[in-house]
Formats: sequence, structure tokens, C-alpha cells
Amino acid sequence: MPHPDRDPRLPTSPGFWRSPLRGPWLTSVLGLVLLAGITVLFVTGLVSYAAYNPGLSPVNDKTPGKGILGFFLFDWPTDPHWLYRFTQGVHVTLGLTLIPVLLAKLWSVVPKLFALPPARSVSHALERLSLLLLVGGALFEFTTGVLNIQLDYLFPGSFYALHFYGAWVFFAAFVAHVVLRLPTALRNARRLRDTRGTGHGRDDEAAELVSPRPAQPTVSRRGALGLVGGASLLLFVTSVGQSLGGVWRRTALLAPHGGADPGSGPGGFQINKTAAYAGISAAETGEEAWRLVVSGSTGTVRLSRADLLAMPQHSAALPIACVEGWSTPDQWWRGVRLRDLAALVGYDTDPPDVFVESLQRQGAFRRAALRANQVADPRSLLALDVNGEPLTRDHGHPARIIVPAAPGVLNTKWVARLTFGDL
Amino acid sequence: MRRLALPLGSPFTMLLLACSFALAGYAGVRLLDGDTVGVLLWFVGAALVHDLVLLPLYATADHAVVRAFGARDRRELTGYVRVPAALSGLLLLVWFPLITGQVADRYRSVTALSPDGFAARWLLISAVLFAGSALLLLLRLTRERRLRNATKQRPPAAH
Repeated sequence: MPHPDRDPRLPTSPGFWRSPLRGPWLTSVLGLVLLAGITVLFVTGLVSYAAYNPGLSPVNDKTPGKGILGFFLFDWPTDPHWLYRFTQGVHVTLGLTLIPVLLAKLWSVVPKLFALPPARSVSHALERLSLLLLVGGALFEFTTGVLNIQLDYLFPGSFYALHFYGAWVFFAAFVAHVVLRLPTALRNARRLRDTRGTGHGRDDEAAELVSPRPAQPTVSRRGALGLVGGASLLLFVTSVGQSLGGVWRRTALLAPHGGADPGSGPGGFQINKTAAYAGISAAETGEEAWRLVVSGSTGTVRLSRADLLAMPQHSAALPIACVEGWSTPDQWWRGVRLRDLAALVGYDTDPPDVFVESLQRQGAFRRAALRANQVADPRSLLALDVNGEPLTRDHGHPARIIVPAAPGVLNTKWVARLTFGDL
Repeated sequence: MRRLALPLGSPFTMLLLACSFALAGYAGVRLLDGDTVGVLLWFVGAALVHDLVLLPLYATADHAVVRAFGARDRRELTGYVRVPAALSGLLLLVWFPLITGQVADRYRSVTALSPDGFAARWLLISAVLFAGSALLLLLRLTRERRLRNATKQRPPAAH
């Protein structure tokens, strides 16, 4: 009877794993790609949280219990006006592009998962425990992200909380893994570049990865990397169009906001939530029924759409950019400046923050807060028209907020009430 | 008598991991606040499903393809099936909710876009991948046959 460690029918035996591709070079190269890519994902993810201005008002903050994990927060700027479109497009598109690299990396190290003995020392045991957080965390983050952009809310809780706190759990394990492995990875990638060699016997790492009885190769290491790169490229070219818009949207064959635009004409650009989905009825948005309530230090005024159209009208070319990664090119909005509305209720100079309420009765962002720098920007509008025509119902008729560089959900649609004042 | 106690190992590693666990714990408490069991299941389950289901599944499928080509002594041709199958399978894995239509109703009412094209587009992309691969394989086999015939017809070299 063979020793269990040696029986090649068991995954705990090194001989069970027969691919001749596995080895320190492949694992190191994939690891270095993930190091760069995941760092960008983490940073753009934190940036996205800051873009919501969570410190301004509880309604903007879906993770109020964050504690020190929000140490980096800063006032979100309005320049450049495509800032959130860019950072969130990178976050989602890069995440999708890295999926094949992550899967390949996990494949390349799978023998180590089963390796015996389970622990050679206390520090080794702790390291393996940390790998559970690393692998579980990575898969948790990619899965919740991929499901959320497809509106498939299977996960157990609020996406914002799961994805944000999950990212920190993952990142804790990721940093430890990088510190422990980066020197080896750099050495392997450099040392073995010329030979594509297997690096037998240099250390325990190599021994755990390289098969002791490799099967006949069916593909070279270069070919395997080519497959991973090709898979990444395929995901990239079938997704990136939803963040570029225009003719490129047609190339995003499988992305949620790829392919066609909804309808044609001035309102024929991507919609976050339709009026029907948000429960907005025509009765409450009609000329007779709808009034905008604006409050400030000198009291409250009520304005009809005609009153708003009688105020000075201004234009701004700004995109809609969603946390889901898709965005539209700049649309031509026209309406009343937020700072002009602030001036109506007592803030002639130095406009303050504003609290915005929608006609929506439910939805996570039916109320949103904008910071003083966003209110003061001359491009920040209460828009009444888009692309030369009155807003369509799905784009927020009778009036919606549009602010440069702000995440889509802070550009409140079907606005009912604006309350100016320091929040 | 065999010593049962584990050696401690590297103190630097232990310190580093202690820091890492402290941060993971701080975030983890917040992550688990709410549906604790659900989140734990998702977190650990993601790793288990990948390592014990997804990876063995695709490794077994790959093994079967290699064996099929091996039976004809042409293992080097495995890639002509492996590459399009891997790419098509990856697209299905990533866009599963849209392709299967399980979010079709919500998708239509939220975005005002049609949820109907995803399965068709995935099938068309897969068809193009497999057809392209088949074409490349055909070209390769034709070239090999021509080379073999040319070698056979060549008159024996005169010494």
C-alpha cells in the first residue's frame, strides 16, 4: 500500500498534478500582473466611495459603520467633468479583464492547496489561513461585482457594504501575500525569463508547483499565457464599449449596457432607472401637479416648470456615469444653475450644500446630498432639457440634477425638493 | 518520542500576518454585520466552489479532450478545441445571468433595453470561435498532407 503522500491518485500527492505548465515562472508572471491590476482595482474602488461624498450626509453613505476604513475620504471635485466616468469605467472594465488572469493564477497554484502536511510551522499554518481570506476574498469581490453590474442581486445584503468591506478583508490578506511573495516572484520572473525553465529544487515553492511526473506537454508556457491574454482581450473588447459610448457601444456584445441605445432621438441614451421602475406616474409630473420646492435661509419658494424656464437658462455638456461601469458620452443639458436656485432662497454668494429629494418613494438614492463645491460649479444644473428637447420621463422629466464628475445616482431625477444649507 | 508541537517558523511572517488578520478582522466584523451566515457561506463557499467544483470540472473536460486527441496520437492538436471551448465557457461564466435570462424582467424594466439578444450573441461568438479554430485546423492538416505527399513523390536521392 503506497504512502498517502505518494499515491498519485490523491490530490494531496504532488504526483496527482501532472500539467507540465505549472511552475514558479508562470505563477510569478500571473502574480505580477494581478499585483498591478488589483492595486488599480482597489484604488479606483476607494475613489468611487469618495465620489459619493459619504461624509456629507447619511443619505450618501451606504457603509456608515466604516470607522477608520474611510480614512482616505476627500471632497469630490467637479473637474475634470469625466472624472467618475473614467475611474469607474477603469474599475469595472479592468475587473472584467482580470478574470482570466485570476482564474489562471488559481489554477497554477492549486497543488499547494492540497499539499501535506497542512502546516510545517505555526507561521506556515497562519499563512495558509490567510490564503483562505485571499482566495475567498478575491472570488467574493469579483463575483459580487460581476453579479451587480448584471442587476442580479443574489448576494446576501447591500452590494455597497459587501463589496466595500469585502475589499478590505481581501486587501488585508493581499498586502501580506505581496510582502511575503513579491521578492520571490520578481526573482522567478527575471531568473527564468530566458529559459522558461521550471526552476527545480531552488526552494520549497518550486517543489510544490512543479509536477514530479509531468505529462507530455500539449501547449508551451508561452502558449498558455497567450490563451490567458487572449481571454482577457476577448472580455475587454466585448465590454469596454459600454464605457465609451457612440459607435463603440455596438462592440460591447455581452456587457449589460452594450449594443443598442434605448430608443432614438434626443433622449435615446442609456438609462439608469426608468420612470416606470421608479414608480413615477404621469399624474404627479404634469404641468399642473408638479412644483419644485426650494428652501433656504430666507424661506421657501415653489416653482412650476414654466417658472423655471423663465429663469436664466444655461447649458453644460456632461456624461452620465454609473457605478456599474457604463457611461454615456457628454449630453447637452440645459436648465437652471443650482447656484441661481440657491440665490433665490438667500445664498447670493457662496452657495452652500444642498439636500435633493426625488418624487421616488423608494430606491436607495431617492434622496442625495451635494457639496458646496458641486453646487457652486457653473455647469451644475437643474436640467429641464437635454439635447435640445424637454427631458423624457425616463431621464427625469420634469427636472433633474446634473453635476460634473458626480456618480450617476447623485444626479437625481424627478426632483421634488431642494433644501440649501450647510449639511 | 515524536514531538507534536509545531515549530514557530518565521517571526517576521507571524508579525505580518498578525497585522493582516487585525485589519481583516476590523473589516470582517463589518462585513458580517447583517446576514452573518449568508456572507460566511458566500466568502468561504466562493473558494470551495472554485477549488472543488469549477476547477476539477474544467480540468476533467480538458483531460478528456487531450485523451481524445492522444488516442489518435495527435495531442499537439488539443488547442484547436481547448482554446475556443475555454473562451466560450469563460464568457458564459461571466455573463451567466444575462445569457440565461434569469434577470430578463428586471433588466428590461430598469434599463428599457431588450434582454433578448444576450444568448444569441454568446452563441454567435462561440460559433465564430469554433469555426475559426476548425478552419485553422483544416489548413494545418491540409498543409501537412501536402508536405507528406511531396516527400513521398520526391525521387530517391542519387548518391
